[in-house]
Amino acid sequence: MKLIVNGQERDSAAATLDALWREETAELDLPNTKGFAIALNGKVVRQPEWAKTSLSDDDRVEIIRAFAGG
Amino acid sequence: MSDALTIAGVTLSSRLFIGTAGYPNQRIMVDAIQASGADLVTLSVRRISLQGHGSDTVRLLAGRRFLPNTAGCETARDAILTAQLAREALGTNWIKVEVIGDRETLYPDVGELLEATRELVDDGFVVLPYCNDDPVVCARLADLGAAAVMPMGSLIGSGMGVANPGNLELICARSPVPVIVDAGIGTASDAVIAMECGASGVLLNTAVAKADDPVRMAHAMRHAVEAGWNARQAGRIARRGRAEPSSPQLGLVGS
Repeated sequence: MKLIVNGQERDSAAATLDALWREETAELDLPNTKGFAIALNGKVVRQPEWAKTSLSDDDRVEIIRAFAGG
Repeated sequence: MSDALTIAGVTLSSRLFIGTAGYPNQRIMVDAIQASGADLVTLSVRRISLQGHGSDTVRLLAGRRFLPNTAGCETARDAILTAQLAREALGTNWIKVEVIGDRETLYPDVGELLEATRELVDDGFVVLPYCNDDPVVCARLADLGAAAVMPMGSLIGSGMGVANPGNLELICARSPVPVIVDAGIGTASDAVIAMECGASGVLLNTAVAKADDPVRMAHAMRHAVEAGWNARQAGRIARRGRAEPSSPQLGLVGS
């Protein structure tokens, strides 16, 4: 499946948002999802919905985290 | 003193808001924020592909109030989505709305800012817009339901202080919501001037983060904001063009 994740085209086998989340953050070794959020096609998907949200070709996904800022 | 700053029903323990970016390291950031006495700290929201201090910052600052921003957004649409992502990531409906119209000066795009403020207020956010030091723009933002307005002292990161104290006095005198001077503060006296103009608070980042000694500068800013607030409340004397002796004029020795 072809997705656009954070502006980059990506081939992914992830069927759900939760699977994509785990794929994208595997190397970050996160204790929880605090400080992170996901939008699918311009709409925020709340964390409890990630596992129930399936992905389709050409979906645009934004995965963000809180950063230092002014 | 009982005159604490309240925004959207929340009473804050300090009139100084401080940013979390650009410190030499995380330890100094935490120590500086501690020294500043600030209750409210600002954060940004970025794609996870960007490397750098991320959720560590959130963990290190646990217990403080977060004010996420929409820094870098150039359209109302992007600012709205960024705000909604920030709300989800940080569990707060407070948002510093920043919509930039020009990358060189980082001046706000007023049209987009008004649009973003309107939509975010409707969506239940407590909106604190970063805006021009323009009394009309500040009034429009308050009309739309902004919980406070945050006019620039001068350009973001410039350290030029309050460029137009006359404008700031006007804004503060007319605003139905708290006025927080955001951007341009370079040193303690700038923060004092902002508060003496009638501001309810000051938001700064670079002045502390990039000082030679950020922790000490944070300490200075804490006292500057308090000093400026107290001076404003106390009421300054009128300026006069002539000297006025403060000691008694009678009973001088040798006369």
